[in-house]
Amino acid sequence: MNDSPMPSPLLAVEALSVHLRTDAGLARILDDVSLTVPPGRTVGVVGESGCGKTTLMRAILGILPRSAFVPRGAIRFEGRDILADRAASARGRIGFVPQDPYLSLNPVFRAGDQILEIMRRHAPGTRRDHRAKLIELFRAVQLPDPEAALEKYPHQFSGGQRQRLLIAAALSCDPALVVADEPTTALDVTTQREILALLRRLAAERGLSLLFVTHDFGVLAALCDSVTVLYAGRVAESGPTRAVLDDPRHPYTRLLLACHPDRASDLTGIPGTVPAATAQPAGCRFHPRCPIARADCANAPPPLLSLPGGRSIACPHHADALPEPALA
Amino acid sequence: MSAALARLLRDPVSALGLVIVLFAVVVAVFAPYLAPYPEDAYESHLLQRLRPPSAEFPFGTDNLGRDILSRVILGTRNALVVAVSVVVAAMAIGIPVGLVAGWRDNWVSDVLMRLTDVFLAVPQLILALALGQLMRPGIETAMVALALTYWPFFARTVFAETRRLRGALFVDALAGIGARPTRILLLHVLPNALPAVLVRATIGMGFTILTAAILGFLGVGAAPPSPDWGLAVAEARQHLPEAWWFPTFPGLAILLLVLGFNLLGDGLRDAADPRLRRSRR
Amino acid sequence: MARFVLRRILLALPALLGLVVLTFVLSRVIPGDPAATLAGDAATPAQIAEIRAQYGLDRPIWEQAIVHLRQVLTGDFGRSVFSGRPVVEEIAFRLPATLELTFAALLISTVLGVGLGLVAALDHNGPVDHLVRLLSVGGLAIASFWLAIMLQLVFSMELDWLPLRGRIDPTLGAPPDITGFLLLDTLLAGRLDLFWSALRHLVMPAVTLALPGLATIARFTRSGVLEALQKDYVLYARAAGYGRFRLAAIYVLRNAITVTVTQIGLLFGALISGAVAVEAVFDWPGLGTYAVQAILSSDYKALLAVTLVVGVVYAVVNVMVDVAQALIDPRVAEEMS
Repeated sequence: MNDSPMPSPLLAVEALSVHLRTDAGLARILDDVSLTVPPGRTVGVVGESGCGKTTLMRAILGILPRSAFVPRGAIRFEGRDILADRAASARGRIGFVPQDPYLSLNPVFRAGDQILEIMRRHAPGTRRDHRAKLIELFRAVQLPDPEAALEKYPHQFSGGQRQRLLIAAALSCDPALVVADEPTTALDVTTQREILALLRRLAAERGLSLLFVTHDFGVLAALCDSVTVLYAGRVAESGPTRAVLDDPRHPYTRLLLACHPDRASDLTGIPGTVPAATAQPAGCRFHPRCPIARADCANAPPPLLSLPGGRSIACPHHADALPEPALA
Repeated sequence: MSAALARLLRDPVSALGLVIVLFAVVVAVFAPYLAPYPEDAYESHLLQRLRPPSAEFPFGTDNLGRDILSRVILGTRNALVVAVSVVVAAMAIGIPVGLVAGWRDNWVSDVLMRLTDVFLAVPQLILALALGQLMRPGIETAMVALALTYWPFFARTVFAETRRLRGALFVDALAGIGARPTRILLLHVLPNALPAVLVRATIGMGFTILTAAILGFLGVGAAPPSPDWGLAVAEARQHLPEAWWFPTFPGLAILLLVLGFNLLGDGLRDAADPRLRRSRR
Repeated sequence: MARFVLRRILLALPALLGLVVLTFVLSRVIPGDPAATLAGDAATPAQIAEIRAQYGLDRPIWEQAIVHLRQVLTGDFGRSVFSGRPVVEEIAFRLPATLELTFAALLISTVLGVGLGLVAALDHNGPVDHLVRLLSVGGLAIASFWLAIMLQLVFSMELDWLPLRGRIDPTLGAPPDITGFLLLDTLLAGRLDLFWSALRHLVMPAVTLALPGLATIARFTRSGVLEALQKDYVLYARAAGYGRFRLAAIYVLRNAITVTVTQIGLLFGALISGAVAVEAVFDWPGLGTYAVQAILSSDYKALLAVTLVVGVVYAVVNVMVDVAQALIDPRVAEEMS
């Protein structure tokens, strides 16, 4: 946690839109999403499933599906637009910790070989250097018996150990940024806590920036300096984690925290559902479900308003009180 | 089931398979009326032997002067009758074996499935040939032999489905209210296994037509003067390379009909099991 | 791994024993009197009785079964009724010819099938994909004997590019007999002219025999690769920056190939069946032509032996397939033991 003013960003997502061609028509998965990750900071992206978290992450990692395209916007990493300039692709400099450690390693290759292949492509040095470094990393992520671990297949590790392997893999090419996709959801509670502590310690030790995709407000509060809340492919609000969690302003965030103080799952009890990406409502995408919606909410997407304390809100009526039944 | 049919017809390739099969069925049913020279099933006309394709004989004539188009049309009926009989007979053996073996874990089911494995361990054609030799060669023997070599596939399919279904909740519920095992198997398990059986049967039709043609070609299946396609190709060998049309058209008929059943079988498999469906985004 | 192999071999034994029993039961239970069949249509009852005694068919059934089993285990299949030579000797001469042909076909179908399947999967729903799909359905629908005759018609009779039949050009003199595999033997003997002749003779039979297998392998490789491409670990590998070629050709293919290898095992039976027809068309002196000859001449000893030998080969291939599976995917070996 760090409250000092944020330095110039390492990663900047600038007004990014990602659309997808589907059988049901054009799916506007992300629209006009902006986000920054300053060096050494941890930024959380939060929202229900289907809000565009995964697509945002895939755009940053350069693995959008083939049917996706980017009509507008840019992703700058260390100043270069990594979407426009494929050669500037920042692989190696951006590490990735996936959601499911059980499914993310190929079962028929040794785990160590899979990481060494990443290093062969993106890290300087010989295979011997890579091996030595990997053993060092295995030690850093507290994997038992690091030398022996190199020779083992994925199924010979436990879930927590595999997540440690994947964290080591993410760090193997000395990244400046690590993108983590709910890295603890597949694990049991005790292991979750250990993995989070490990990530926090490694980020601090190595001066890493972390982009943390999650729907767990507890993780957010424990790990992230700032947070961006997504709804239906747009930013609802963003700001320092403490401020957003203690005093949410966007009606969506307010309802979400009221319904589920622990995690961002769907708004039970609120009429309506998250709109399909192929049939987004005009104007503010939340207005059909919003208890304080007015007639003008359906006209144009609300601009992101800047508030004091580094916060921004995509709702011109954010000062209105929510009616009581909505919070009951 | 109707949703599955709609899915099937939406795929042009499977629909093509269905069209081919339906076409063949129509040709088989009305063969004597469709064939230009229906009497050529048995009569020979030595004066017009080995004529190349012409307006009079679109596929040419064979070594006995018979119209090849007529014989291909008449042979459709033979091919389909053989295939349907073999598949039905194989189902009659394989389905009960699969149901009984799949229902309980005891020595009966062990013996039945080991027996199935043994039959599967021998290449079908060799087994069919061996059986054909031990009985009297001929089309009936070939059919018996083919049925005896194809039933294990049905047994395997039904076995797997029964194993899958016997743990299902509704089966437990039925057993709970005192339904007899035979009743559960025949009225509840079997209907659920039918899509898989249907897929297997369709693929089996194509396979049987092909194997029956090989038996005919090797001289242990249909006997002259039957208008059998495989037999025709065998008879044509002595008249090559002059009479290229003689083996070509019966062979194309085999190809087309087997292709039809295979395409249809593929389509049915995709339609019956959406999990395996080819994604076509 | 050694324990795994041993275990697999032990598991195959019951099926082989079952096959021995099956061949015996079939030869006794099936309607019809084998002695009468052997004696032919014009035989007198006395002749039939004589044949029955000669083959031990007049003994009690259990005694016959034990004799049968003992003969099989000692490799004594008796003499062929047709040629009068020991059946074992004839099979020893013909087995390598069939194996050479089937291995060549298996090689062609595996290499081309895996390649086509991979290319099709990477071009999912593109023109190459549709072409491969058509080929894979068509390849399974074509009658091998007919394709063989068509190839002969075009490439031997019309174009005269390839020899019409046989394993080798007999006018070049007798080929060396070391292993029975002509391609190998001619090379070992340093006879390049004979090697070239053997190779040219092998082309059409092997291609004909390979086509159905090629179709099956292409199809399973394609779906295997497509399935593997959907896996989280592929997405992860892409995110971590694996190269595109390496991802497709090595990383994904190794997962996809487990399905393909299973298919190769199942295919081998189909290959042997196909060999019967293909050998008949090309006069290939293998087990297939031997089996057909045995059938047409009611040579029941020869036929039983062929069935058993094929069963053994089939079992060996399946053990090899399982071992290959275990080498590809380390989890298979651990599940088995």
